[in-house]
Amino acid sequence: MGYVKGLKCRECAREYPVDPIYVCEFCFGPLEVVYDLDGIKKIMTRELIESRQHTLWRYIELLPIDKDPTSGLNSGFTPLVKADNLAKHIGMRELYIKDDTVTHPTLSFKDRVVAIALSKAKEFGFDTVACASTGNLAHAVSAHGAAGGFKRFIFIPASLEKSKIIASLAYEPNLIAVDGNYDDVNRLCSEVANKYNWAFVNINIRPFYAEGSKTQGYEIVEQLGWKAPDAVVVPCASGSLLTKIWKSFKELKEIGLIDDLHTKVFSAQATGCSPIVRAIKDDVDVIKPVKPDTIAKSLAIGNPADGYYATKVIQETGGFGADVSDEEIISAIKLMAKTEGIFAETAGGVTLASAIKLVESGHIDRDAVTVLCITGNGLKTREAIVGHTVEPYHIDPNLKSFEATLKKIIK
Amino acid sequence: MAVKVKIPVPLQRLTQGKEEVEGNAGTIISLINSLDQKYPGLGERVSEGGKLRRFVNIYVNEEDVRFMKNEETEVKDGDEVSIVPAIAGGC
Repeated sequence: MGYVKGLKCRECAREYPVDPIYVCEFCFGPLEVVYDLDGIKKIMTRELIESRQHTLWRYIELLPIDKDPTSGLNSGFTPLVKADNLAKHIGMRELYIKDDTVTHPTLSFKDRVVAIALSKAKEFGFDTVACASTGNLAHAVSAHGAAGGFKRFIFIPASLEKSKIIASLAYEPNLIAVDGNYDDVNRLCSEVANKYNWAFVNINIRPFYAEGSKTQGYEIVEQLGWKAPDAVVVPCASGSLLTKIWKSFKELKEIGLIDDLHTKVFSAQATGCSPIVRAIKDDVDVIKPVKPDTIAKSLAIGNPADGYYATKVIQETGGFGADVSDEEIISAIKLMAKTEGIFAETAGGVTLASAIKLVESGHIDRDAVTVLCITGNGLKTREAIVGHTVEPYHIDPNLKSFEATLKKIIK
Repeated sequence: MAVKVKIPVPLQRLTQGKEEVEGNAGTIISLINSLDQKYPGLGERVSEGGKLRRFVNIYVNEEDVRFMKNEETEVKDGDEVSIVPAIAGGC
């Protein structure tokens, strides 16, 4: 088992063995997993994949582990929902929601990356796992780490949504709430990671962890009947998910599982934290960091590590980007819930609201087969819509009171 | 008193395993160049042609230099400088 050839610097192409390392010692560029795609092409067929269990591990040859997986055994293979009501509302022909609001077990796409990261951490022999998180990663590492018997150190910005903090505490990790924003937490964690021999999933395990995001892309293609969509809209914090979805499509083409690839990749960000979309709109590849100010806290990364590569993918594929206000995010969360019955977290509101803008501006064709990557569940960020929902009807416990109210409702 | 510079693991091989070294006050780029004299190779790891490399983050007293004057940001004695590789997270 295992088709990983090694790690390679994305900037200067220097090669490294498979180790818990994440930056090139020479130029500080990020390290990326390199696979034996020729070998994978020989054995991996649509039939082989379809014969396997409905989890992300059905694509195991394209994932960077060498032994049997030990974490997230039920994660992935979330529904691809054909969103006809929403399509009609926006005026589109064929729209899909990749619904990671129901990923097992913590209801966000972070279950995918953590499944890979902790399986790899176990292979490396670590007994402690850690992460810097905007919330969803904290959940996933807390939960998967508990099941895997790891000691867990979870670093979050203290300003996170209360429901996200409580959800992580349920798994009893060591939760460290840092008085600062995510970029401050990250800077601290890189120093902690220097000093302690822990598996920091988004630091020294990052090359392996990030590969888990590809599974969302593989699933989209398989669920569309082994076709890549015309357009995909991806929420961006660090920009990692966007680059990995594009990588997944390219790999499937390279190993011959799809014939044609013409997907345009679009970035969705909140206006209060939109360094990647800014670079796209200005047509530059230099990412200027910002101080985040948005209700979409899971996307509030002002210094996006993969921003440069995300920008390159968008430019290479002929995509574009849009950014949206807090009000637009809230409206979009409600729109998705009332048209498709899917309650997404704030990042999902960002994605839908951005997609609507991109359709209206003509960047996404109304006839294009379009997929929205919805990455997390709305129950995690309930605070965002408090005061913006309809109100319940209060009645007395008798039929008369109910019917008096009913009259008002159906009038 | 000098400027304290925190060295990340990937560069500690150049500083004989030291996690923290001392440098002189002045601009960030002059600090890096003077450290390169003492620890040959450090300069080209972090910068290229007088500019910071794309994936290198430098903080002065916990503030990203890109919010100040990048490599021209001035540091004085007693300041703490951290060199940190870019880190992934979020989506």
